[in-house]
Amino acid sequence: MGESSSSAGTRPAAAGTVGAAAGYRPSATLPFWVEFRRQASRRRTQLALGFMVLLPLIILIAFQFETNNEEENGGGEFGSLIDLATTGGLNFTLFSIFVSASFLLVVVVALFCGDTVASEASWGSLRYLLAVPVPRARLLAVKLLVALSYSALALLLLAGTALLAGTLRYGWSPLRSTVAAQIEPGEGVLRLLGVLGYLAVVLLAVAGLAFLLSVVTDAALGAVGGAVLLWILSSILDQITALGVVRDFLPTHYSTAWLGLLSTPVQTDDLVRGAISAISYATLFWGLAFWRFTRKDITS
Amino acid sequence: MRSPLSAARIRRALPTGRRAVAASAAVALLAGLVVWAVWPDRPGFRTESAMLTVRSGPDGDEPVDLDTTFYLPDGASADRKVPAVLLAHGFGGTKESVRADAEDLAGRGYAVLAWTARGFGRSGGQIHLDNPDYEVRDGQRLLDWLAARPEIRTDAEGDPRVGVVGGSYGGGLALLLAAQDQRVDAIVPMITWNDLARSFLPESTGGETTRGVFKSGWAGIFFGGGGNTGSGPAGLSGNTAAEQPEGAPASAGPPSPAPGQGPGTAPGAPTTGAIGDPSCGRFAADVCAAYLRIAATGRADQAAVDLLRRSSPAGVLDRIAAPTLLVQGAADTLFPLTEADANARGIAANGTPVRVAWFTGGHDGGSGPRSDSDRVKFLTAQWLDHYVAGEGAAPGDDFTFSRIAGFDAMDRGLVATGYRRTDYPGLAGDARREVALAGPPQPVANPPGGNPAAISSLPFAGSLSSLLGGVAGDIPGQHARFESEPLTEAVDVVGSPTVRIRAASATGEAVVFVKLYDVDPQGGATLPSGLVAPVRLTGLPETVDAAQPVTVTLPAIVHRVEAGHRLRLVVATSDQAYTTPTAPTVYTVAAGDAPVSLPTVTATPIPTEAALWRWVLAGLLAAIVVGLVVVVAVVRRRHRRQDSSIHPGYAGTPLAVRNLRKAYADGFVAVSNVDFEVHPGQVVGLLGPNGAGKTTTLRVLMGLTQPTAGEIYVFGHRLVPGSPVLSRIGSLVEGPGFLPHLSGLDNLRAYWRATGRPWEDAHFDQALEIAGLGDSVHRKTRKYSHGMRQRLAIAQAMLGLPELLVLDEPTDGLDPPQIAEMRRVLQRYATDGRAVLVSSHLLAEVEQTCTHAVVVNKGRIVASGPVEEIVGESPSVLFDVSDPDAAREVLDRLEGVRVLPDGEGGLVVDTNGTARSEVVAELVRAGVGVDRVVPRRRLEDAFLALVGENSRGSGDR
Repeated sequence: MGESSSSAGTRPAAAGTVGAAAGYRPSATLPFWVEFRRQASRRRTQLALGFMVLLPLIILIAFQFETNNEEENGGGEFGSLIDLATTGGLNFTLFSIFVSASFLLVVVVALFCGDTVASEASWGSLRYLLAVPVPRARLLAVKLLVALSYSALALLLLAGTALLAGTLRYGWSPLRSTVAAQIEPGEGVLRLLGVLGYLAVVLLAVAGLAFLLSVVTDAALGAVGGAVLLWILSSILDQITALGVVRDFLPTHYSTAWLGLLSTPVQTDDLVRGAISAISYATLFWGLAFWRFTRKDITS
Repeated sequence: MRSPLSAARIRRALPTGRRAVAASAAVALLAGLVVWAVWPDRPGFRTESAMLTVRSGPDGDEPVDLDTTFYLPDGASADRKVPAVLLAHGFGGTKESVRADAEDLAGRGYAVLAWTARGFGRSGGQIHLDNPDYEVRDGQRLLDWLAARPEIRTDAEGDPRVGVVGGSYGGGLALLLAAQDQRVDAIVPMITWNDLARSFLPESTGGETTRGVFKSGWAGIFFGGGGNTGSGPAGLSGNTAAEQPEGAPASAGPPSPAPGQGPGTAPGAPTTGAIGDPSCGRFAADVCAAYLRIAATGRADQAAVDLLRRSSPAGVLDRIAAPTLLVQGAADTLFPLTEADANARGIAANGTPVRVAWFTGGHDGGSGPRSDSDRVKFLTAQWLDHYVAGEGAAPGDDFTFSRIAGFDAMDRGLVATGYRRTDYPGLAGDARREVALAGPPQPVANPPGGNPAAISSLPFAGSLSSLLGGVAGDIPGQHARFESEPLTEAVDVVGSPTVRIRAASATGEAVVFVKLYDVDPQGGATLPSGLVAPVRLTGLPETVDAAQPVTVTLPAIVHRVEAGHRLRLVVATSDQAYTTPTAPTVYTVAAGDAPVSLPTVTATPIPTEAALWRWVLAGLLAAIVVGLVVVVAVVRRRHRRQDSSIHPGYAGTPLAVRNLRKAYADGFVAVSNVDFEVHPGQVVGLLGPNGAGKTTTLRVLMGLTQPTAGEIYVFGHRLVPGSPVLSRIGSLVEGPGFLPHLSGLDNLRAYWRATGRPWEDAHFDQALEIAGLGDSVHRKTRKYSHGMRQRLAIAQAMLGLPELLVLDEPTDGLDPPQIAEMRRVLQRYATDGRAVLVSSHLLAEVEQTCTHAVVVNKGRIVASGPVEEIVGESPSVLFDVSDPDAAREVLDRLEGVRVLPDGEGGLVVDTNGTARSEVVAELVRAGVGVDRVVPRRRLEDAFLALVGENSRGSGDR
């Protein structure tokens, strides 16, 4: 096998990369799409994304069984959203987002971001990527970007399927809510995009937490579960009004502020505060993750 | 030696201990911050509660006990006198219901005197409705008391420096006290009345109060709720009286009446002076009688009106010289904005400084959104600071108001936008918009007994109902509608709209309620703040054609009518909140001769902290971007400064490890000093028992672990984690690492893609040939056996034919033929300037595969060099003899020669320097036949000799 490859390793390195093998450039390692495909081939990714498509359809079918039993819908904001869910595609989408925002999307984002590094570590493939060598910061950056892309994709798939299915079933009608007059479909779509955008920003805090845990631990389950657990803990603490001003600093405190986008005129104050909170947390967590990962000894 | 506190243990435990200390410190700090944030503030004042007996009444000789609490700020003394505030509570409240505000003011440096008004709580006496001879005179006596306190600043002997603050009932007292006693320096009356008679008997065409329509809903809550039913409207408001009384800004006293605290219901209320008459409770007889007369007929006689007027500031406004801050709520069906407007005009007419502020709460709306209560608090403090404490600039007389902007998504409350304007425009606005209404004359029926009745507002139902119009409902047949076209542009109504209507009645008289709805394009109608204009028309013709239009002044509102919305004028015959004629009648109602006229006001929005947060967000994003740029620049710079020179001595050496040391954070030294080289063409075996430091060395070599000291050079390039020169090393360390869901081939492809190197450089065919997996290469690696995975991993390491191949236990899991094949592969690989480093604890493998060996033990190199050399050092010889027992005897006699226990069939002899020929000669001489003399060229012996037989403990030094 030696004959054909006599020059493979001894060629002078490509310009700029001193001492490297031919064709090796640190900035060309682990390209975004390679990592994207690596993750796409995983059953976990396919199931999570598939469920995002399936969920609106399940809800849609469940609504078909709806009887006239009105009392069970409960009161308040939630009840009204259920009542309005079947008034049109936009409202159906809104309902689908509303029911998944507090838990399902958190789990999905934690899955994509918490699993990405930890699973490589548990398979043992992480050390071979680092021996390529993929620079550690680059490895993290690419993995983070891909995880965030999948998270965004999940969000869009959920909303897109719900919008499509809801519109086909219930028609293209204005967005209704109890807190404001109805919103014309055109503007309704913009509001919906705003809601999705804000949700994406809020979920950055989960993404940050899960990613940090993913770097710290080799157990993928620990990273995902830990992030979800801490998120739930934060939600519980947020229910305790006695904590007063401390609640403002909880990452979940502003997680429902997107409801402000449904009122007319749009209430953006809490959105701004929520965005500040989420971005600060995400930056902190990611900063820690990079700081840790670029220094630690890989022991997996 | 077995001491549990051996030095090594301490050293090992210390870093983790330090980490634990740091973690606990961080947790403690966080917990401390949380507790500090949650902990209630320490009061900066002290309180004195006392029952003061004051003399009042028309002649000033009727003693009454008043339950008081005096809040004195810390540091106040005769030498350091402080200004005072007299804090009055709302109807049905006690001194306790203003405690939060009192503490707030005391914290601002004011001595605060809060008291329970006569007729309430533990105070004695009866309710005279802020009568100048009773409640107001009580207030004067409290001023006397304040003046006598040594800590209170005085303007003159017996004249304390004092402001009077109160909401509703307390606000009325503030106005009346300021009119009656010129010692008052400033007042802040909130959500209070100008004319009590008009408040309870309004008439919106400007008619006499005796013609007014009785506001029985509110009056009943005031009177009946306290006097007889005992519980009050607590069920309606759902609030607890002590926490947050409904209907007042946070700095005002509670409105009247606080739920469940009506007169006569307070626990422990003194029964002395209580009247036997169960219909009057603790009300004074004249007040009670007047109420009973009005409530029975729905009409007020002049005597009753006079009684209410006596309790009203309307007649005495010209005597108020104390600067006045009037705070009024827009969501207030009891004392609407009209009342504050009348007070403002009357007081300003004297040249007294007056400032008006509207907020979105009120008796119906509560304290309003937080932005509103904060604004009211700020204005109050500013007013008192200037006019009472004498600090700060003059507050000026600009006018602020606010409008409900929508829902707060977070706490489901309302959000208000504040507006500012330099002068007070009154209720007529500074401009007017006219909107035409259309509709035919419509007959409307007055229901007998006023039932069923339309609902416009529910006292204490809270602000949500009035905003959503949820409670507003008209009864079919009992109301007429007149609607406008959709508005082309939005109108911000600030003030009292006016409208003209015509009405006809067979009886010549009609009581109707005029209301203006905001109707959205879907038909949802909103009655702003639930406000209605009651009208009693007399002298009406029988047919509507003959009717003269009358102008109805609708209640003042702050409301935005969006573009596309319609206005709907509703004239209803009944309203639950009012008493209507009991006889069934049919009126005819028609629109008047003029459009509805909407007042507007130009004002600028008050910037809120939300704008600040927007800047914070922008700043945060900018900071992150700048931070990223800086970090990337620093990393690049450091990267560029990194030593990229080639060590001349090692330029042609695939691997040179120099003085490598690795100590872990817990103090464990895995590699203490390792030093070896791998040259082209060599297959070097890294040999050592488990835990000798082989794997750690390879981890450093792969850039996974940072060495504590020492260097590694690959072709002269210094190797650190992530060095580009790592791309010239192919490695298998600590077992394979594959993506279990991909096939073997896909794994290799995915790996090569991750390197970003040209596809053709990979030489997949050769790698696959080495792996020898056949068709299994298309199966998922999850299903591979250990050996298959191992072979695939070796193939992956050889992808791209790296110049240095580093394999950790490569034959692990392989069967003997495969091991033999692997041996050949490795030997062949180490040609063309390439080299292989194999770590193993299998001696035979190294001996057979490697050209050179490095023996490591306990983190140190114990031998290195060509395999033959290392093996050759072995001093033992294998003797095959005819009579082992005899031979053993002979050998034992020889000086230094030792028979090792090992030999199977033969004798393994450590000659220990004695020449082999001499040993053979000795044996032969003794008659022992020697078949074979084989130097024990086995690495195992060398290894055991170097390492020592006892390898135990090498892993847990």
